[in-house]
Amino acid sequence: MTITDIQAGQSLPELAVPITASAIVAGAIATDDFEDVHHDKAAAQGKGVPDIFMNILTTNGFVQRYVSDWCGSAARIAAVDIKLGAPNFVGDTMTFTGEVAQVEGSRVAVKVRGRNRIGDHVVATVNLDFGSAQ
Amino acid sequence: METLLDKARAWVGKAANAPTTARDPVNLPMIRRWCEAMGDTNPIYTDEAAAKAAGHPGIVAPPAMLDVWTMAPYRPGGRTAEQGFEVLNLFDEAGYGGVVATNVTQEYGRYLRLGDLVTMSTLVSDVSDEKKTGLGTGHFVTLAYEFTNQDGEFLGRETFRVLKFKPNIPDTKPQSDTKEKSDGTPEFPHPRPAITHDNAFYWEGLNQRKLLFQSCEGRLRHPPGPMDPVSGSLDFEIVEASGRGTIHSFVVMHQPRLPGFEYPLPVVLVELEEGVRIVANMIDAKPEDVEIGRAVMADFVEVEPDYVLPAFRFA
Repeated sequence: MTITDIQAGQSLPELAVPITASAIVAGAIATDDFEDVHHDKAAAQGKGVPDIFMNILTTNGFVQRYVSDWCGSAARIAAVDIKLGAPNFVGDTMTFTGEVAQVEGSRVAVKVRGRNRIGDHVVATVNLDFGSAQ
Repeated sequence: METLLDKARAWVGKAANAPTTARDPVNLPMIRRWCEAMGDTNPIYTDEAAAKAAGHPGIVAPPAMLDVWTMAPYRPGGRTAEQGFEVLNLFDEAGYGGVVATNVTQEYGRYLRLGDLVTMSTLVSDVSDEKKTGLGTGHFVTLAYEFTNQDGEFLGRETFRVLKFKPNIPDTKPQSDTKEKSDGTPEFPHPRPAITHDNAFYWEGLNQRKLLFQSCEGRLRHPPGPMDPVSGSLDFEIVEASGRGTIHSFVVMHQPRLPGFEYPLPVVLVELEEGVRIVANMIDAKPEDVEIGRAVMADFVEVEPDYVLPAFRFA
């Protein structure tokens, strides 16, 4: 994909991410996040939540992977702005939707929303740069 | 007098803790594991030729891994106090024990390359006034991180905003220690409920000698739950029941005999006049007098201070 293929208002294809215990734990370990609420159900319940839930670094990873799946390696990810909401608990599904919010020169802003059955898990803006990669 | 907010705001603009340097340089095994966990198949993260074709000098790390390299090591039992932030510890000590991250921003200087050794420096950038939120009353604390490599080259920056709050959920007090009666037999604590976000209102109501139920579009429900079973709505109102009802069904417990209860114990399923059913113990009632259809009235039993259970007696 190149910058000429992109217009404001364009939608990204949806992506459904099953939130299994394996997905949560794999993400937590891959991001070196050993907080017990992300891998130990008994510890999570001891802190008043029903089960383990996804850590932020994994959420950030999925947001950027979602945009990267769409834009390909010609674009550089320049910045991300993430607002967190409903936790991703085991057994849920997070569905990503996205839309191009702005195109300015070689810069593209993409709005991303990841919804689960409780509500918005994440609302994010990912800024892409289609100028030369470093 | 120096308030909590004064103490916390004294940190603004200062280093939140000592800079942290990654234990390992940016490396392919960690990148590969990250890509597998996220399902990210972008070849520039694992394939030299693909990375060069995209204009990078070689394999690069996914930008979202910026703050992964300096994460604290696994330690049985959790982090040490030194790995935390003193500005956040201030809130813990003042009773704002809850923590939830609300916002993260990252801005990348350049893509990280294999061999970059990342150092993270953290500043406290903001402490908000006290705010009332859905989770509880608390303060938003914003931390600003800057990432550099072994040559002092700027790699990126991040802001991280957390809410330190006093949970709305009442504290579930630990069970009282096992005591001994004068005759030497142990006296066990009464079983306690598990109090969660969903049912906290119910137990708080009981403490005020009120029988409260969730209502959605006029439908009452019990026991407390997050969702209306008909509409699927997560919204609900809380309504107080009159306490008047009739016995819909009952059992008389003989065995097993749990400490803290009188046996034989009549346990009733009461249909309240509002149409919702609730299970509770009968009090001041002989088991042989309990019968289906008989009118009852709610009462409250204080098992221990601040631990109240509903009960019914004959109307």
